[in-house]
Amino acid sequence: MRMFFVLSRLAWRYLWRNHRRTIVMLSAIAVGTWAMIFMTALTRGMVDQMIVDGISVIPGHVQIHDPEYLDDPSVNNRVAFSDTEIAARFSDAGFTAWASRVRVPAVVTSERESRGVTLLGIDPAAEKSFSFVDYDNVDGRFLEGPDDKGIVLGAKLAETLETRVGKRVVLMSQDPDNEIADRGFRVVGLFHAEMEATEESYTFVGKHTAQNMLRIGDTVTEVVFLGDDYRDVEPVYNKVVGLVDDSVRVSRWTEVDTYLGTMMGMMDGFMLIWVIVIFLALSFGLVNTLVMAVFERIREIGLMLALGMKPSSILGQILIESMMLLAVGLVIGDFLAWATIKPLESGIDISVVAKGMEMFGAASVLYPNLDINDVILSNVVVMILGFFASLSPAWRASRYEPVEAITKV
Amino acid sequence: MSAVRCIDLCKTYRQGDVDIKALDHLTVEIEKGEFVCLMSPSGGGKTTLLNAIGGLDIPDSGEVWIAGERIDQMSKGELADLRLANIGFVFQAYNLIPVLTAQENVEFVMQVQGVSSAERRNKSFAILEEVGLKGLEGRRPAEMSGGQQQRVAVARAIVSRPELVLADEPTANLDSKTSTELMELFTELNEHHNTTFVIATHDQRVQAYAKRLVRMLDGRIVDDVEQHAA
Ligand SMILES: Nc1ncnc2c1ncn2[C@@H]1O[C@H](COP(=O)(O)OP(=O)(O)OP(=O)(O)O)[C@@H](O)[C@H]1O
Ligand SMILES: [Mg+2]
Repeated sequence: MRMFFVLSRLAWRYLWRNHRRTIVMLSAIAVGTWAMIFMTALTRGMVDQMIVDGISVIPGHVQIHDPEYLDDPSVNNRVAFSDTEIAARFSDAGFTAWASRVRVPAVVTSERESRGVTLLGIDPAAEKSFSFVDYDNVDGRFLEGPDDKGIVLGAKLAETLETRVGKRVVLMSQDPDNEIADRGFRVVGLFHAEMEATEESYTFVGKHTAQNMLRIGDTVTEVVFLGDDYRDVEPVYNKVVGLVDDSVRVSRWTEVDTYLGTMMGMMDGFMLIWVIVIFLALSFGLVNTLVMAVFERIREIGLMLALGMKPSSILGQILIESMMLLAVGLVIGDFLAWATIKPLESGIDISVVAKGMEMFGAASVLYPNLDINDVILSNVVVMILGFFASLSPAWRASRYEPVEAITKV
Repeated sequence: MSAVRCIDLCKTYRQGDVDIKALDHLTVEIEKGEFVCLMSPSGGGKTTLLNAIGGLDIPDSGEVWIAGERIDQMSKGELADLRLANIGFVFQAYNLIPVLTAQENVEFVMQVQGVSSAERRNKSFAILEEVGLKGLEGRRPAEMSGGQQQRVAVARAIVSRPELVLADEPTANLDSKTSTELMELFTELNEHHNTTFVIATHDQRVQAYAKRLVRMLDGRIVDDVEQHAA
């Protein structure tokens, strides 16, 4: 510890002996760190957005279905207990939000066109929290209750069907006996979504209206729950599991949408690769700086050895110097990243390029996400890699012969 | 037991096509408490001998014993410990760590030894005053004259009271008053603490303080006489 202090003081002084070189290196580290964190925040923001949008398309962090439903989402695979029973079990259990739905494939037909869609029979009051669509941005009106007799289509779908608010469409599906179940609806509203795909595939009707049309009485096909954070759904999951039996299957969203689930896992891997790539670029500068710092100090190192300092202490001194350089650079870089990301957190409009991004499921406003864990990870990785990169110059310094110091200039 | 014992030391440097015998079958024994002055024309091998005694340079052949221990086969780490604990050095050419102040340079060896900071402070202030540098404690080497730097080096060499002091031209760059004061200080340490001194020098005034004069030429000892203090 005492030695650590001695070496740290020496290292610090040496660091500032050649101001200019140190400042150049510090800037490089700071900019590298900034780039690491900034890029990661953008990417994480994008992936988060995809996931959030994705979850709002299959809304619910945790979901209940019939065990067969995920493989065959038909009206035959309904939740085993009645909607009344569902309400009794979950209403007072203290969930942030929950909703039960009828969700089955259907065909919607206008005077001119037909399209396959996903029919959602919902209770609009329960859906408010699920941010499925922007309820404030509906042409016409949204559904007003589970008994609403109207239908709400996506704006894009309406365009395809060449229909509009006030016109009639026919919805067709199957009842549990495989008989045709159909019904005419008046289009009461057109919703807008971040992604065209959402507007094309979802249609909303009242839950009771859907139950009547499908002749399924007081039953639904799914119950969905929201937690506080999509990254940590375990609390909600465990709570739901505690309230149901084996007749239904409880799934986390990562199980319902494996693509998005994988995406979230990949993000962390991507982050690490990005950090390492930037570090590799930095490490050339770092090692070069150290080699120069050691080279111009051969005689001083020799002198310290001659006075009885151990080679291991010389090694330590150079390593500490390198760690100090990195630490200061990281602090500056972290601050820069924070200072540049904060003002952008309200969203960056990327609609110019958004069309191309939509195929990845990304939206047109990007919200950078500065995740403290990403910052910690990049800092720790840089320190650890920096330590190893410094070993070689430090080790060489510790191998110098003391006699080189005292033989003349 | 001798403080220093060198047996049949040889050290050859190659300069271009010629071999230079910096040490040529040199044997010398120095008892504890001696005050030895090494003299030779330039290139006579004084620095090479001091380096061999201090374990800074391993001779090609022969044995070096310090305080009863053979050092020419020790590891680097063992040699470092030996130097740290027993030997004070004043080097001929390059002595001070430029990023440390005079006082920090003096404290450097004590700090590596693990002396407490209060004790270090007291000792370094006292010794700097003794070598006539009171008030310059906070200066860095670049802010001092050659003679002042030399005195800082001397202060560092003796501050932790080593048993053996190896000094290579300690009075180079010093005016005659300061070198006299320095030699008085060495003599006092030698007499009161029984510190062994081996000093390489051309300086007549230094020779006057020595109790034993060893003259070298081309890596050999050509004359070795006791003398009584002037
Ligand atoms: N590293 C070296 N490489 C080559 N030759 C060397 C080296 N060190 C010393 N020598 C040679 O060895 C001989 C003895 O050198 P040394 O430095 O011991 O002499 P010295 O008595 O200390 O001289 P001075 O009074 O000038 O300090 C000289 O001829 C010198 O040129
Ligand atoms: Mg010499």
